[in-house]
Amino acid sequence: MYSLDINGKSYQADVSSNTPLLWVLRDILFLTGTKYGCGISVCWACTVLINGEPARSCVTPVGTVGGKKITTLAGIGSPAKPHKVQTAFIEEQVPQCGYCLNGWVMTSVALLDKNPRPSDAQIRDALAGLKCRCGTHMSILRAVKRAAQA
Amino acid sequence: MTINMNRREFLGSGGALTVAVLLPGLTQQAYAAGTQTSRLGLKPDQLSSYISVNQDGSVVGWVGKVDMGQGTEIGWIMMIAEELDLTPDRVSMVQGHTEQTVDQGGASGSTGIWFAGTALRNAAAEARRALLEMAALKLGVAADQLSVDNGVIGGRSGSGTRVSYGELIGGRHFDVQLEWNKHYGNALEVKGQAKPKSPADYKIIGKPGTRRRDIAPKLFGTAESMVDVKLPGMLHGRVLRPPVAGAVPLKVDEASVADIAGVKVVWQKDFIGLVAPREWDAVRAARRLKITWSAAKPPFPEQKDLYQHIRDAKSMKRDEDVKVGDIDAAFAGAARIVEATYEWPFHSHASMAPACGVADMRDGEATLWTGGQKPHHCREGIAKMFNLSEEKIKVFSMVGPGSYGRNDSGDTTMDAAVLSKAVGKPVRVQGMRVDGTGWDPKSPASVHTSRAAIDQDGKVIGWHFESKGFSRRDFFRDEGSPERTLAGQLMGWPLKPVWLLGVPGESYSFAARRKTSDTIAPLLDRASPLRTSHFRDPGGPQIHFASESFMDELALATNSDAVEFRLRYLSNPRDLAAVKAVAAKAGWQPHVGARKKQQGDVYSGQGFSYAVRGATRVAVVAEVEINRKTHRIWVKRYFVAHDCGQVIAPDLLRQTLEAQIVQTTSRAVYEEVKFDRSNVTSVDWQGYPILDIQDAPEAIDITLIDHPELPPAGAGEAACRPLPAAIANAIFDATGVRLRQAPFTPERLKAAWV
Repeated sequence: MYSLDINGKSYQADVSSNTPLLWVLRDILFLTGTKYGCGISVCWACTVLINGEPARSCVTPVGTVGGKKITTLAGIGSPAKPHKVQTAFIEEQVPQCGYCLNGWVMTSVALLDKNPRPSDAQIRDALAGLKCRCGTHMSILRAVKRAAQA
Repeated sequence: MTINMNRREFLGSGGALTVAVLLPGLTQQAYAAGTQTSRLGLKPDQLSSYISVNQDGSVVGWVGKVDMGQGTEIGWIMMIAEELDLTPDRVSMVQGHTEQTVDQGGASGSTGIWFAGTALRNAAAEARRALLEMAALKLGVAADQLSVDNGVIGGRSGSGTRVSYGELIGGRHFDVQLEWNKHYGNALEVKGQAKPKSPADYKIIGKPGTRRRDIAPKLFGTAESMVDVKLPGMLHGRVLRPPVAGAVPLKVDEASVADIAGVKVVWQKDFIGLVAPREWDAVRAARRLKITWSAAKPPFPEQKDLYQHIRDAKSMKRDEDVKVGDIDAAFAGAARIVEATYEWPFHSHASMAPACGVADMRDGEATLWTGGQKPHHCREGIAKMFNLSEEKIKVFSMVGPGSYGRNDSGDTTMDAAVLSKAVGKPVRVQGMRVDGTGWDPKSPASVHTSRAAIDQDGKVIGWHFESKGFSRRDFFRDEGSPERTLAGQLMGWPLKPVWLLGVPGESYSFAARRKTSDTIAPLLDRASPLRTSHFRDPGGPQIHFASESFMDELALATNSDAVEFRLRYLSNPRDLAAVKAVAAKAGWQPHVGARKKQQGDVYSGQGFSYAVRGATRVAVVAEVEINRKTHRIWVKRYFVAHDCGQVIAPDLLRQTLEAQIVQTTSRAVYEEVKFDRSNVTSVDWQGYPILDIQDAPEAIDITLIDHPELPPAGAGEAACRPLPAAIANAIFDATGVRLRQAPFTPERLKAAWV
């Protein structure tokens, strides 16, 4: 039984220690904003923040995150109190299918926490490696820039 | 929980009735439907099948197509709101559910606005007419003396009694018949007595700013997504694929997974899968289950021999799509002949995640959740596979992990159905990455040869174009029959290929023209990871990579500027307008041949290309930067002129174009399915890289050419078509290297650049 601190709440999960956090979030705790894309830490659709750092939950064993603060998409903001990255992505009407969105948003949140006024090149650097198959990259770049200026 | 989704039971019963919608995937759409009570629906000639009015006077549009994420929904809403004189916020859509919408073919061929939007527009215009007639009776004023203000009808003078749509018919059905062309699917057309508005009277169409409704829920993680469907008692399924394509299971050692809780193996004919209560357990069990596979002969050629295989393969069908003038005489009398051959690899849809489907096959009925584009065809396929009548089957359309044609979704939903039927419980299937990139349907690899006869004055007097390659329909574009799915093929339904590849459109008025297309047989005739089907603009990118690269080669051969050369042979005013618009916007400087502009290690160039898809024209200028040392090709900027007739939602159209341009850039520059003799070997993002944000263009400059007087045509695929050639032509301008094989990798450029 693992006790997890997710979005400031305590959750219990009865799973083996090597179960990746992603499947605990999605299948056991029903926190489904985090998505499976590749399972090999390449696409970042499964990104969560662990103590504020972006991490790939598909390759993070649940046994390694006890006592750490886990933040998911649902934990960064709500319709009533959205994070500026969420607001900017809505303003720019970014997603098509929306499946990859979690990774872009969580990574952008972490970027802006560290570097509130990134240049265009720094935005591209920070987001390098993330995948979007619909090809919404131009909207994503506009949105992150907008969030940085918010 | 009340579950009562069978609209058919309500057919013809009339009056008000309650549809309590509580199944996953329907809560948001049920909200859209508000307190709307009954639906007469599913009769294609009934207005109420497409338009209904809630008690509060808000309107619901019902459509048998699906918005795959490009905002088509907003286009439909704007078209309905315009005709009914409502603000768009008072209109909602229900999409794709087989119980609630007429079969309009699903998402298909960029016909969402083009065909279904037109049907909804006609229906909404007729609804307005019917409402005015009702109001006239109620108010005692002639209908032509009435006007509508956001769903409230009153006298034109503005004074006197008023009545709202909700008061007139809210919660009840229109009893109005439409003229229906007796076709289902994409071909369905309906119209009423009323004529839609004149564009001069538009208040909504053509204006930006109507916001999508699916965006905020996606940002807050609250959107109802295909992968998040969860039913009571649902199990997680996985299907096992062989190491050598074509191998079948001979022996299964169930003891190898006996220690994983609740695992059950399902082996029927050549289909083998398993289920487990927890998803991670299903993943582990699928990795560990010991299967002895048959010793299948490796079915594929070496990758390096792919194009030779295509050249040598027997043609299963030759289409002579175009034959104009005396082509043989043109070549016989030519002063010069120019010829070139172009090659294009297999592509994977490589959707953002492997597809997901959920099926509940209990009690002689079937309920399915699909992220696929064509829920009505899904129903058709399930009916045939399980010998069920379509009345017993419900299919709910959900937003999946991206879809751009016939991806692995149709296979996955069928997999879930087979597993659910076998274990008697609802089953959710979402494979691992390999099941997506490795085993999804591919777009066909092909070879295209283009040849032109030029007279002594440099005039092109004959053009011969031939395509040869795999079919774009090894299996048809949907899952409407079991043999169009992996599970169906594994359960003994033989593949029935449709031999179809294609040729470029008829844009250029060369005096003699012949265009032929030869389709070859699939490399493996069942359950193949290289089976081919529709992927965004099926056949279009490769065919026009060849034809539009060749136009540049002809321009060079005739000592002409590439744009000027094309203008000489184009005559349609819309074609000319698009070409001229983009050339002006890009600051195109007429020139002959490669300019090889160099600054340090960076060479830059511009390339032009143009194509027609259906009634849509797209002209493109690509600007590339190429590093002489790394050979990295970066498309820095695009200029695009796009004419799809009437523009409905210009802001959404721009984003739709941007995204398909980025996606097609990815296909042209980075993508190639890799395989060995046994199987596909590019099974994830590392083996099958796609465009990274570091390589996204700096800017995409889009000029929309609006024709309010024309019907709206398709916009979801047309820009895919000219794009690869625009890049190849820009690479030539920058380097003098003509790349005739895609993708345009640094390795290929390096090998050719001396």
